[in-house]
Amino acid sequence: MTMPFYVPPEQMMKDRADYARKGIARGRSLVAMTATEGIVIVAANPSRTLHKTSEIYDRIAFAGVGKYNEFEMLRIAGVRQADLKGYAFAREDVNARALANAYAQTLGQVFTHELKPYEVEILVAQVGAQPADDEMFQILYDGVVNDKEGFTVLGGQAETVDEALAQRYRPELSLADAVQLGASVLATPDDAPLTADQLEVALLDRRRTRRCFRRVQGRELDALLAPAA
Amino acid sequence: MPAEGPLPFFAAGADPGSSFADLLRRTTTDRPAAPATPSPPARPALPLDGAPPHATTVLAIRHQGGVILAGDRRATSGFTIASRRIEKVFPADDRSGVAIAGVAGPAVELVRLFQTQLEHYEKIEGEPLSLEGKANQLGQLVRSNLGAALQGFVVVPLFAGYDERRDRGRVFSFDVTGGKYEETDFQTNGSGGVHARNWIKAQWREDLTRDDAVDLALRALFAAADEDVATGGPDLVRRIFPNVAVIDADGFTLVDDDDIARRADTLIGGREEGAGL
Repeated sequence: MTMPFYVPPEQMMKDRADYARKGIARGRSLVAMTATEGIVIVAANPSRTLHKTSEIYDRIAFAGVGKYNEFEMLRIAGVRQADLKGYAFAREDVNARALANAYAQTLGQVFTHELKPYEVEILVAQVGAQPADDEMFQILYDGVVNDKEGFTVLGGQAETVDEALAQRYRPELSLADAVQLGASVLATPDDAPLTADQLEVALLDRRRTRRCFRRVQGRELDALLAPAA
Repeated sequence: MPAEGPLPFFAAGADPGSSFADLLRRTTTDRPAAPATPSPPARPALPLDGAPPHATTVLAIRHQGGVILAGDRRATSGFTIASRRIEKVFPADDRSGVAIAGVAGPAVELVRLFQTQLEHYEKIEGEPLSLEGKANQLGQLVRSNLGAALQGFVVVPLFAGYDERRDRGRVFSFDVTGGKYEETDFQTNGSGGVHARNWIKAQWREDLTRDDAVDLALRALFAAADEDVATGGPDLVRRIFPNVAVIDADGFTLVDDDDIARRADTLIGGREEGAGL
């Protein structure tokens, strides 16, 4: 007969957190920042088809790092939640805070009750009419929610990137500045900034009236990354 | 997979995929369910023979750059005018639109469900449905209303859009059973539809420009309002004019009221053919 071993809860939680952190650290980072045109999300992602950022609702975007199938599942659940709410009530009743709370509950529950925690870190961003009205919620693998202002960094080398970004971020950045800044801080410190084919860029455009999310790609991205003449 | 919690998660076999209508059906508790399908009565509660029960005129016309959708603004309840300003032309998404004829309540609900469905699909799948795919979706929604239609709550939309893959405008009409029929150049619907259609048929050409098509739509609606009591003409006293939407490579745009007013003034002021009778 096998004897079950006693594992103290502290140890169990620590093991799970370590496991999740290791999984997340394997992936590349992602930055999001408030700029004049809207919220700019820049991710290190060489894939054209498997996206890290996407649209949730009119003024809300989603971004995830870590294990693709896990944050993709969370993304779809978020789209469903938002569309159901907008259909049952009104479009303006869908907001980022409620969605961030729902994600936090789900991730927290999985972290404590399931065999394996999710190896993801996600961002729910909502663009406002003014930069001061922008909202960014970062949700960790264990359900901890952080309300970020100005900019935020998700993923593997978050601390280094966060430091670099904190030094160079200004609230009145233009879209081009923000994209260039993102490309530069996501590269390893001594390397050249990431190029267009290594980046996935999305913008929550505050000037739009309904669906504000759009991808910045192709020629537009090339032009934004070109140094100002 | 988290079993419970605030987010909608589904087991592999029960996953609604990219269908919003299925999602709605599976998450009913505190939300309005998908349009209910009452069991059909032994015989229609309202007479379906004779004049079409949907009092309205809506139309779609293909032109060089795309397609236009237009509709009058009158809603009737028996012999009473229920509304002078109702809108019957709606955007379905960036590249397509719906014009409705039939009972107002279910029709407006159908459009809302359809709009949500298209956007939902696009977000879940990462790319929009093809125009044909959108038309088939609408057909399915109309079919799900068949039970109510047999009791008299008929909804029949006209669907038109710009097909990016084929670089042309396309028009689809539907019957109460959800049958989808692609029209080559134009189609009309509602009690005044036959008058509008005759007018369009006489004037339609392959090289119709966007502007020509808008004028033709206004004339056809005017002709329909002239002959059909349930169709409202341009109201010059209250400045209420038909809704006209242009759908082309630039997307769905509602022609603004001032432009329509100017065109309507010219049309009526000039006492065009038919207007003088």
